[in-house]
Amino acid sequence: MTDQSDPKTPSRTELFFDSDLWWSFKSHKSAVGAAIVLGFVIVAAFLAPVLSPQDPYDLAALELWNAELPPIWMEGGQMPYLLGTDVQGRDILSGILYGTRISIIIGIASVAVSLVVGIGLGLMAGYYGGWIDNVLMRIGDVLLSIPIVLVAILVSSVAQQFLSPAWREAGVAAVLVLAIAMYSWVQYARVVRAQTMVERRKEYVQASRLVGTPARRLMLKHILPNTLTPIFVAATLNFGLAILIEATLSFLGVGMPPNQPSLGTLIRVGNQYLFSGSWWIVLFPSIQLCILVVAVNMLGDWLRDALNPKLR
Amino acid sequence: MNTHTPALTVEGVSKTFDVSAPWLNRVLERRPKLFVKAVADVSFTVEKGTCCSIVGESGCGKSTVARLVTGLYRTTSGNISFGTGAEGRPIRVQMIFQDPHSSVNPRWRVGDIIAEPIREMKLRDTEAETLARVRELLETVGLGADDAQKYPHEFSGGQRQRISIARALASEPELLVCDEPTSALDVSVQAQILNLMRRLQDELGLTYLFISHDLSVVRHMSDQIAVMYLGRIVEQAPVEQLFTDPQHPYSQLLLKTIPDVKNPKRRVEAQAGEPPSPLNPPSGCAFHPRCPIAMEKCKAIMPELLQADGQARVACHAVAQKE
Repeated sequence: MTDQSDPKTPSRTELFFDSDLWWSFKSHKSAVGAAIVLGFVIVAAFLAPVLSPQDPYDLAALELWNAELPPIWMEGGQMPYLLGTDVQGRDILSGILYGTRISIIIGIASVAVSLVVGIGLGLMAGYYGGWIDNVLMRIGDVLLSIPIVLVAILVSSVAQQFLSPAWREAGVAAVLVLAIAMYSWVQYARVVRAQTMVERRKEYVQASRLVGTPARRLMLKHILPNTLTPIFVAATLNFGLAILIEATLSFLGVGMPPNQPSLGTLIRVGNQYLFSGSWWIVLFPSIQLCILVVAVNMLGDWLRDALNPKLR
Repeated sequence: MNTHTPALTVEGVSKTFDVSAPWLNRVLERRPKLFVKAVADVSFTVEKGTCCSIVGESGCGKSTVARLVTGLYRTTSGNISFGTGAEGRPIRVQMIFQDPHSSVNPRWRVGDIIAEPIREMKLRDTEAETLARVRELLETVGLGADDAQKYPHEFSGGQRQRISIARALASEPELLVCDEPTSALDVSVQAQILNLMRRLQDELGLTYLFISHDLSVVRHMSDQIAVMYLGRIVEQAPVEQLFTDPQHPYSQLLLKTIPDVKNPKRRVEAQAGEPPSPLNPPSGCAFHPRCPIAMEKCKAIMPELLQADGQARVACHAVAQKE
């Protein structure tokens, strides 16, 4: 495709700010609010090394006499530990910022992996149909029938068998991403398949076939752009779901280890000290997880309504 | 232009579609496989520079013939061959589709839509030549060269059909298969598109295979007409002969359905029923349940397409007996 710079032709950014989508976004207060909160959380997470008072990964920086300090506004609270510390003297706020970063990275990575797999297989299933369709969709059905926790435990234990100990630590995040992606690609594949089956019969696809366009280009340049709208919505909602699944797995102990805590790991570790009165260790990471997932889901809900032609 | 060199020869072409239920349903419900014979033993030729039309009710297989000729469907049996075009290569075929809303990709700019055949078939060497050709094509079909930058939703149905024609012309075809190109358009726009197509035929020496259910459109465009009923050609004749002296009772029925300006309140004899399902076609002549002159023979034996008066070919026992 060519983009000639013609004075009459609006650029893509101009088109975006002139679009129905942008107008709908501006008029939905909840969507704007969610976007602002989400933007704040994401920026804070990725600025964690700058913002946080302490490097939670640096075990040498932890001071045991600062353990279990309450938040700053309570009696015994100390600067710079705004939200208090955990049993090892680790700053809760720093842990949350770094943990959010890990959660977001795993969420984005697993959505990206499952998008690539799901779109690819969905296009093939929808375009070719027949036995390819049957085999791919039955594999998807089987994967969806296994609980995700079992899949994750299976994947991570298999990975542990084959990864050397040095790689295990680094590989945990990748294993989590794979486990979540294995579960969620099926949804994308189903959406893309259904849309592909509709689009491939349309006359513009047949017109393109007539000039000898190969199947791969037909799928990627003609059909795929016309299936992206529902995929966009599914990806947003699944991003929130992926963060939740990661937190669940970490909470159950098959996710991120305590020395590289994600939000789920922080909640699991903090949970053990809930009854000793140190409620802040578990409460603040939980609140952060809620804020993150609710913001993502509110954006996703708005997007689903905004892109649904029947609700316009 | 009547050089009597065929641009397209279709010989005994049939197309069967498998419309069976999924395998598991078939096994559980003990249903047999189901086939629809959409096109059965169709033969015709189209001479270079002429327009041959195929008419018939919906479901008679005329669109299937169009897709068989362009190669979108493979024939079940029979043979489709093309004459030689420019530079000694076989004639190039392109197609114009019925629905102007689904025949262009809504996410592509018009310029890219029209340039696609040029780029896919590598008909121009440089990008600048391609864009120049796109502008030329846009002007040929009566749009502006600036329209290349717009998206399809900025155009009306008639304009989109012009885009569709420009895309078809981009691959420099000699034979255009038009699958009801005007049936989705307003009457006034229909006339514009038909006139454009006639002008293009004169200027570029195109050959048309024109599919339609609208006889008045067909009369305006064509030299030859083939009337199809349930997958078969029942009558084929030069256009004026068919309109003045239709032989097959089905052709007569079709002509009676055209509204008459001079005599709008004339009585139209009601004809029984609708076309039968191609899943379960009647025995013998497929038209006999609706035919006013059906005989016993019609229920048993399928009539062949035989030479009749003038240049017509008709598949009817009654007409054959008259001879």
